[in-house]
Amino acid sequence: MHLLQVQNLRTTFRIDAGQVQAVRGISFYVKKGESLGIVGESGSGKSVSMLSIMKLLPQNAELQADHVQFNGQDLNQIDQKEMRKMLGSEIGMIFQDPMSSLNPLLTIGDQIVEPIRIHQKISKEAARKKAIDILRIVEIPSPEKRLKQYPHEFSGGMRQRVMIAIAISCNPKLLIADEPTTALDVTIQAQILDLMHDLKNKMQTSIVMITHDLGVIANMCNRVLVMYGGTIVEEGTIREIFYQPKHPYTWGLIKSIPTVSTGKREKLIPIPGSPPDLIAPPKGCPFTARCEYAMKICEKIPPQQITLSETHRAACWLMHPKASGVAKEVTV
Amino acid sequence: MHSALNKNGDIVVPRESSLVWHDIPDEEFEKLDQSAKQSEVVLRKSKSYWQDAWSRFRKDPLAMAGLVVIVVITLAAIFGPIFSSYSYEDQNIANQNQSPSLEHWFGTDKFGRDIFVRTLYGARISLTIGFVAAGINLVIGVIYGGISGYFGGKIDMIMMRFVDILYGVPDLLYIILLMMFLGNTLESILIALSLTYWIGTARMVRSQVITLKFQEYTLAAKAIGSSNLRILFKHLIPNSMGPIIVTVTFLVPSAIFSEAFLSFLGIGIQVPMASWGTLVNDAIPSLFTQPYQMLFPAIAISITMFALNFIGDGLRDALDPRLKK
Amino acid sequence: MVGYIVKRFFASLLTMFVLITITFFLMHSIPGGPFSPAEERKVPASVLQKMEEKFGLHEPLHVQYVNYLKNLLQGDLGFSFKQLDVSVNELIAQGFPISAKVGLIAIGLALLIGILLGIVSAIKRGKWADWTAMIFATIGISIPNFVLTVLLMFFFCVMFKLLPTYGLTSWKHYILPVIGLSFGPIAYIARLMRSSMLEVMRQDFILTARAKGVPEYRVIFKHALKNAIIPIVTYLGPLVAAMLTGSFIVERVFSIPGIGRDFVSGIGDRDYSVILGLTVFFGVFIIVMNFIVDILYAIIDKRVKIEE
Repeated sequence: MHLLQVQNLRTTFRIDAGQVQAVRGISFYVKKGESLGIVGESGSGKSVSMLSIMKLLPQNAELQADHVQFNGQDLNQIDQKEMRKMLGSEIGMIFQDPMSSLNPLLTIGDQIVEPIRIHQKISKEAARKKAIDILRIVEIPSPEKRLKQYPHEFSGGMRQRVMIAIAISCNPKLLIADEPTTALDVTIQAQILDLMHDLKNKMQTSIVMITHDLGVIANMCNRVLVMYGGTIVEEGTIREIFYQPKHPYTWGLIKSIPTVSTGKREKLIPIPGSPPDLIAPPKGCPFTARCEYAMKICEKIPPQQITLSETHRAACWLMHPKASGVAKEVTV
Repeated sequence: MHSALNKNGDIVVPRESSLVWHDIPDEEFEKLDQSAKQSEVVLRKSKSYWQDAWSRFRKDPLAMAGLVVIVVITLAAIFGPIFSSYSYEDQNIANQNQSPSLEHWFGTDKFGRDIFVRTLYGARISLTIGFVAAGINLVIGVIYGGISGYFGGKIDMIMMRFVDILYGVPDLLYIILLMMFLGNTLESILIALSLTYWIGTARMVRSQVITLKFQEYTLAAKAIGSSNLRILFKHLIPNSMGPIIVTVTFLVPSAIFSEAFLSFLGIGIQVPMASWGTLVNDAIPSLFTQPYQMLFPAIAISITMFALNFIGDGLRDALDPRLKK
Repeated sequence: MVGYIVKRFFASLLTMFVLITITFFLMHSIPGGPFSPAEERKVPASVLQKMEEKFGLHEPLHVQYVNYLKNLLQGDLGFSFKQLDVSVNELIAQGFPISAKVGLIAIGLALLIGILLGIVSAIKRGKWADWTAMIFATIGISIPNFVLTVLLMFFFCVMFKLLPTYGLTSWKHYILPVIGLSFGPIAYIARLMRSSMLEVMRQDFILTARAKGVPEYRVIFKHALKNAIIPIVTYLGPLVAAMLTGSFIVERVFSIPGIGRDFVSGIGDRDYSVILGLTVFFGVFIIVMNFIVDILYAIIDKRVKIEE
């Protein structure tokens, strides 16, 4: 049995202009000890789907799922209050912007000790010792002194280390990282990724890494979900996604990774167009409007998920036998 | 074998039915014409900032009610006295201290003056002061704050230091002093309010202008050689209009309140003219015997302030995109 | 921090100086006022002579101004024109403790109820509790304090005869003046607190706290409240000012012998030296309060960037 299993999750937001269908029926799983990457551009539903599972969405959000199970527990059966007990202890979360994600009026120490004290019911002193240990793990120098300081006394990279410390303070079974490096400088990004990579090897935690950068996923994750317009368009292992991608959107994502390592001067190719309007989502495949290979059928019917291997699935009409004519044109 | 097309020409594919999956007609797998595709992108009707704001304002029942009340009071203040056989200054000792009746809707005061007509005149004075003072302050505040924010540097520092000095002391204290100096007339009230109220507007306009002046369209306007004043008044001020309007809307009730406050203290509008403040003040000695003399003007000013505050709240919600859900 | 305090200190001094100067020259240039040249007034010669001696009115204006500043530095606010043997300092010594007592109770009440209403309103956003609190707050902001005070007097003293109409001799006497003073500020604080709270609840660190598994009541009272209350600190200055101008009304309507009433009777009697003295006192008092609030704000909010 998997650590997290989600079946047909749908999340909508009520706003003035109507209902935004942010997540439109996605199913996926996270295995114990593995790290899963979720890629997609902003608004593709990747963060919302994770926040939905954690029951952390604002009041104007509505979610439905046929089945959500975490660590053997049916999350559909528990309320927000029950869920809170699992957050921070069994599920840890790291957010995008370390500058705004820490409470400016509490010391770093207070903020790390808080979840430890809530979930583990240990003494203040023991929790403080533990906090110091964790700060060492995330490689923050002189942790005793740092505990008494406020967030504004930390740099962006250091704050993200603190966020990671908070997330792993209770040894969670699942660590969700929502674009943990997007808001940081490039050199700091590499350091934070290194740290997460180390932690992944040291701890037996499953990781869900949300990002818009396939490059980040390549050296962190075992498997990848590619999301577009609130749906999963392709899913597979790193090898499958990088070497046998089946969805035109995945092709676009791969083409848009800058390849510094090869030393070749390659042109960075952005995907033209903009993501679909999720208030009135397209009837067919959400990627039709931006797809080079779009066919008449793509506008009319959403493509089904086609299982290509035990781990590889994709939803694209190009895989239909009758699409071979267009599929021949494909150059990747 | 049945057709996979229904009467609308849509293809019907039951999920996971491999049979129909293969029945989709071949022509459906022809490549889409890329140019035709673009036109099919459905655009939701986009609304301008002001249309959007108005549609939100209209949906706010309290704000709309406030608007109706203010329109009614304004019309009553303009036309009401014309249709009344009494004037605000006609004294009639024989008629003094009469309770409300069909003859005198709000009763009469100790000089036999009709309180209904005096209340309508009070509305004229209050509304005039409210709107004129807000208008003057809008102009002064926008120019002062705009220049200070746009030019920045030393000019800004000096201009804002001056504002800070004035800002430290409550408006009413300055206004009282100015009224003592200028004497009790309508003009003095307007001058006193104009000399003090613009400060808040100026600070707000300045901060708006500062945030906007580094935006791309400002730089673009600079690049094509627009003059500073043109950029300020053609680009920056119109783009800050939302918050400016909200601030000025709240100035109207403040000005009305200040006038009534001054009149209540005896340094506002003078007899025989009537302001809501003087009417309430004059009625205090007879509170025990003729409470209606106080009640009607008090209700009139309260309703007006309510309506104006509701309009202000509605406008703020409608014009502040941050609050857009 | 020290630099910031020094800067604020000198800015406050400058504000005081400007206020004193404006007040002095305005009061001394009122046509027909007691400070204007003798021929404009119709006052018995003996009284005039006594006044001129006492106030140095025969001196040129700028000399009077310098003398006034000198006296001020020694804490001397001068004498009343109408009662030549009463000094403004005496008025303040008698009236200020009374005004301050009523004012402090009203400030406490305003903060307590205003903050509570604001929190309830924010966490019950869109529910009936929010609606009730915000309609109440709009009433508080809309009804002018003098109307409210007179209405309170009418209902509780005239119609139902529940409470005394004047003086300050028992606890019952405090009820209406305190309500009259604090009603508007309660409404203002409630609205401020509500929007501040809603703003804070949208912040990323609230999501972090929730994701740590912090129970919702603790998210509200520990993480959100501490941040949301900061704007209230900035309102403390205006709050003191509101108590001051409110006292003009409340002390007059309920005949409370505080300095607010002295000021209003000074206006009524055109007692310019009392107005001058009390204005300077009020101004300096408020400027000092604002200064304290600024420092307090800087201490509480460590994020305030103390630069410029």
